[in-house]
Amino acid sequence: MTRIDAKFADLKARGKKAFVSYVMAGDPDFDTSLEIVKGLPAAGVDIIELGLPFTDPMADGPTIQLAGQRALDIGMTLDKTLAMAAAFRETDDTTPIVLMGYYNPIYSRGVDKFLVQAKAAGIDGLIIVDLPPEEDDELCIPAQAAGLNFIRLATPTTDDKRLPRVLQNTSGFVYYVSVTGITGAAEADADDVGPEVARIKSRTDLPVIVGFGINTPAKSRAIAGVADGAVVGSAIVAMIGAGKPVSEVLAFVKTLSDGAHSI
Amino acid sequence: MAEDLFNSFMNGPDERGRFGDFGGRFVSETLMPLILSLEEEYEKAKTDDSFWAEMNDLWTHYVGRPSPLYYADRLTQHLGGAKVYLKRDELNHTGAHKINNVLGQIILARRMGKKRIIAETGAGQHGVATATVCAKFGLKCVVYMGAHDVERQAPNVFRMRLLGAEVIPVTSGRGTLKDAMNDALRDWVTNVRDTFYCIGTVAGPHPYPAMVRDFQSIIGKEAKEQMMAAEGRLPDTIIAAIGGGSNAMGLFFPFLDDTSVNIIGVEAGGKGVNEKMEHCASLTGGRPGVLHGNRTYLLQDDDGQILEGFSISAGLDYPGIGPEHSWLHEIGRAKYVSITDVEALEAFELCCLQEGIIPALEPSHALAHVMKIAPTLPADHLICMNMCGRGDKDIFTVAKALGFEMGEFA
Repeated sequence: MTRIDAKFADLKARGKKAFVSYVMAGDPDFDTSLEIVKGLPAAGVDIIELGLPFTDPMADGPTIQLAGQRALDIGMTLDKTLAMAAAFRETDDTTPIVLMGYYNPIYSRGVDKFLVQAKAAGIDGLIIVDLPPEEDDELCIPAQAAGLNFIRLATPTTDDKRLPRVLQNTSGFVYYVSVTGITGAAEADADDVGPEVARIKSRTDLPVIVGFGINTPAKSRAIAGVADGAVVGSAIVAMIGAGKPVSEVLAFVKTLSDGAHSI
Repeated sequence: MAEDLFNSFMNGPDERGRFGDFGGRFVSETLMPLILSLEEEYEKAKTDDSFWAEMNDLWTHYVGRPSPLYYADRLTQHLGGAKVYLKRDELNHTGAHKINNVLGQIILARRMGKKRIIAETGAGQHGVATATVCAKFGLKCVVYMGAHDVERQAPNVFRMRLLGAEVIPVTSGRGTLKDAMNDALRDWVTNVRDTFYCIGTVAGPHPYPAMVRDFQSIIGKEAKEQMMAAEGRLPDTIIAAIGGGSNAMGLFFPFLDDTSVNIIGVEAGGKGVNEKMEHCASLTGGRPGVLHGNRTYLLQDDDGQILEGFSISAGLDYPGIGPEHSWLHEIGRAKYVSITDVEALEAFELCCLQEGIIPALEPSHALAHVMKIAPTLPADHLICMNMCGRGDKDIFTVAKALGFEMGEFA
């Protein structure tokens, strides 16, 4: 059982929905970023998605692209991203960390070496956007064997025929992408998302978390109402990008988590 | 029996879209169903005579194929060695090889009922070709072009606009072809249901590398027949410039199993292939990685971050290369070299003066390598070089590089 599995078991026992937040590791700098990440659990974050910076984030909108650029500009690397997770783990052994990003930095490191390092750093799961089920033997299967969850994206274009394949090697939870598009662009609509979540849940016992297009406490609440939880990324990253103080960023995160937890 | 034992170089890719370890389908889940349906439609079209009948008709009457295979007499005399033939794909409608592929993809898009076409472009040749074919068929066309390229390829931007296309300057990254491709993929993932992504090179997720190669292979098929007609035998060496590598793959593919033919791909060496990475030579200066849907050789740093290439030629300014080239490089069937900006400019000028052909900067790189090797080869050695584009689009860049004041053209 990973920290992710334990977290969902705990939420279920308490009758609560999950609130998941995304921040880019190293944005705007290492120390501030670590301070934000360390403050997330107290701001009501159940699972932390930690962005691994990449030069060519093809599924991300301008907000997260720029965050990645800022992180790379101050010299953020895969090693430093893992070091940040390890530093977080020194004081928090229960909040799951999911590393989210693209495959090339991991492939460049070497999958086996990366998995050992990620596990040692206290990473619990991976969301790698450009690895569909067709490429499962690249990282998904080795990651599961190493005891890390591999969390798959399901999207509005994932039809019933394809869904079993998407769910097959997924673990931890399923991340349903609420819109066809990039992060931080279109707005998620709970009326559209609800039936899709139900469709996925009819095929799996895994929790289904919804992300993309959730940017307010009301949206967070509405989406959590039709799923097992909500993810917010760009709206938080935009505040960090605007240079807001850590306390203000965390206060905003608290309003979002309160939204999801009020269900 | 003999046939079973024959190990062809032309069987790739496998069912996973791999050429050896290269290629594949490294895309987000949103795009995956589209890519599978594109593959299915392409497999159907490939064996459908009516599809090829439409292609051949348009190739003949709209593009102007076959393009000539031209014996470059004065250039041959000047270089004093091997006999140099130029495959004149710069004479195609729109001025480059790009339209060979665009026609195929647009006919496919029409069969799939897609009404909106998007494309990325570097030098603008693929954008112009896509805008052209979209105008012909009355389809909406959106072209993503790096802001830096919009500036250095202004004539092609205007051409695209004349043809009714919307040109979107891309400011992310350094504003070149790589960034244009990222934004085209972002558009596609947003508008999956009505949009067809017309990729301009032999890269991207499967089936694009194979599909674009198949459409461009008309170059090599014609060259083979034309060389047989002219000389009664195959060429000894075939040469083409490589950015993503579509004109090269088109020339090379039909010759892959003719093992007597030397195959040479010429990458853009920019200011020189060195540790400063001011070049676009993915094979000579990069290593394998995953970008834009495929595994291939990439310019990247030690941490797997993609580097911006550098070349005077916007069409070669891409940090990756088609996966089939990576495979041909690793198995040694093709040889890859690099040519610097300075060498390409010398070849550009020489071609103008010796043959009365203003070449694009992209094939000027291939020609520069011909200039290096032809003098060292015997007179009966046959070289076939792909003159894949004309240089009209490049005259401003070349003027600047040569320190020539154009004055005002108003």
